[in-house]
Amino acid sequence: MVTRSPYPHWFYLPAAVVYGVLFVVPTVTSFWFSLTRWTVFDSTFVGLDNFVTFFREPALVKGLTNTLIYGVVTSGLKVVLGMLLAVLLTSQIAARGWLRSVVFFPVLVSTIGIGLTFTVLMDPVDGLINQSLAVWGISGPAWLTDPSWALLSVALVDVWKGVGLATLIYIAGIVSIPAEYFEAARVDGAGAFARFRSITLPLARPATATVIILSLIGGLRSFDLIWAMTRGGPGFTSDVIASVIYKQYQAGFYGLSTAGNVVLFVLVTAIVLPLSRILNRREVEL
Amino acid sequence: MRSRLLGLLAVVVSGVVFLVPFAFIVLTAGKTRAEASRLEFSWPAQLRFAENFLEVVRARDYMLIIAYINSTVLTVASVSIMVVLAAMVAFVLQRRPSRWTGTVNFLVLAGLIIPPAVVPTIWVLQRLGLFRTMPGLILVEVAFGLSFCVLLFRAFVATIPRALDEAAILDGAGPLRLFFGVIFPLLRSVIVTAVVVQSVTVFNDFVNPLYFLPGDRNATVQLTLYNFAGQYSTDYHLLFMNILLITIPPLIMFAFFNRQIVAGMTSGAIKG
Repeated sequence: MVTRSPYPHWFYLPAAVVYGVLFVVPTVTSFWFSLTRWTVFDSTFVGLDNFVTFFREPALVKGLTNTLIYGVVTSGLKVVLGMLLAVLLTSQIAARGWLRSVVFFPVLVSTIGIGLTFTVLMDPVDGLINQSLAVWGISGPAWLTDPSWALLSVALVDVWKGVGLATLIYIAGIVSIPAEYFEAARVDGAGAFARFRSITLPLARPATATVIILSLIGGLRSFDLIWAMTRGGPGFTSDVIASVIYKQYQAGFYGLSTAGNVVLFVLVTAIVLPLSRILNRREVEL
Repeated sequence: MRSRLLGLLAVVVSGVVFLVPFAFIVLTAGKTRAEASRLEFSWPAQLRFAENFLEVVRARDYMLIIAYINSTVLTVASVSIMVVLAAMVAFVLQRRPSRWTGTVNFLVLAGLIIPPAVVPTIWVLQRLGLFRTMPGLILVEVAFGLSFCVLLFRAFVATIPRALDEAAILDGAGPLRLFFGVIFPLLRSVIVTAVVVQSVTVFNDFVNPLYFLPGDRNATVQLTLYNFAGQYSTDYHLLFMNILLITIPPLIMFAFFNRQIVAGMTSGAIKG
């Protein structure tokens, strides 16, 4: 009698079926479909036509550059603000625990709800933000209707919603730094800023890597917040690849939409994979 | 002393920045239509919470109630399936290194990074007769959530001593009894984490219902909210009541499972 392993391979099977059929198959076939002109009725092979369109059409190129801007701005701000908030929330201040909850809660709230709320708060005339700025004598921009501000405004709301997660990750990183290091630095006469620069910053590197990777993955594929706030407008000035994919899908250009997916796939992997390798390697060298 | 003041200032500023939008939601949800449309941050002249609540619930033939039912079915079904399937994968993946291990690890990471291809997924669902159906959407959510759960569970399975497996096997337990009778119950704490985090994710999901389950009759709460904003664009009091209502489930989750949520969401920070 053959002894059978108590850890049978068929345990993989149910997950493999669902994952294979609904994730792997679509991902693999997307490369084929992106090379076709594909409508509700049929699909014909057109070679790289869809990609040529994608990189020629100004509206679509804009989506590509906007995706990059959005990803870099949101993850950059989440790193900086998340780090600052984490330092604040690990120091001896009043209402620390309460403030941690307050900063984190938006992470759990519906993106659509947040988007609609901020659309109202960012109203150029009556919105609370510009009304408050007016009190200080500043006339705020038309956040969502000014083409040069729209994408940035959405990115700022994204940061507002997501910085709590970055903060938590940083808190976990900072708390794991042995207290003796800070103690020793204090004995040597290092000020608060010097302690931050030469202890917290380098030793929180794994946290920084996590925050950058997570927020880039999220930021580059971001769709719902942009869709709730501007729908890519005004014009197509705040379109990103994910919203282009949806628009082309709605318009019935399935091949072009899928080409967008392939571009997004390539973009995300081409940025995230090398970056995570670099960030993690440096961590080992320390 | 100066740093004390600075700290206090920081507390006040972040409190204002993070709380005012929520206060705005609550206040506007309690106003009359005319007052809400002024978009002011002020105390309602008349408190109309009950009236607005009833009006939102009744709007469009009790759409919100239907949407809540749909969202609940979607969340409960997809998270339960996801958790069981992912735990089975994580268990074998951690316990039995084999020629499959590398492939499975690769697929798990791919699931975290690669954005799903939308139209091909619709094409597959159509072929299976599952497009525009709740089971179809449930399976899609399962497929997209598996990776996160497998990673979470695998790390935890590693902390369960193999001696327990061996004892169970000596007692004559087969793989199924070993897993469901011994291992799965021991995973309880990490399962709570996965369930809470994924419930919030699925409940808040907008993109997948938008693509894979369109149509008013099937709307989930996120879609209702989105459609609502389009149809009743001037009824800010109702819009914000609606936002308030869909913010409550995550708030309850947060109140009860704060620790688990934080553990789950920062689990990546330790390993990188």
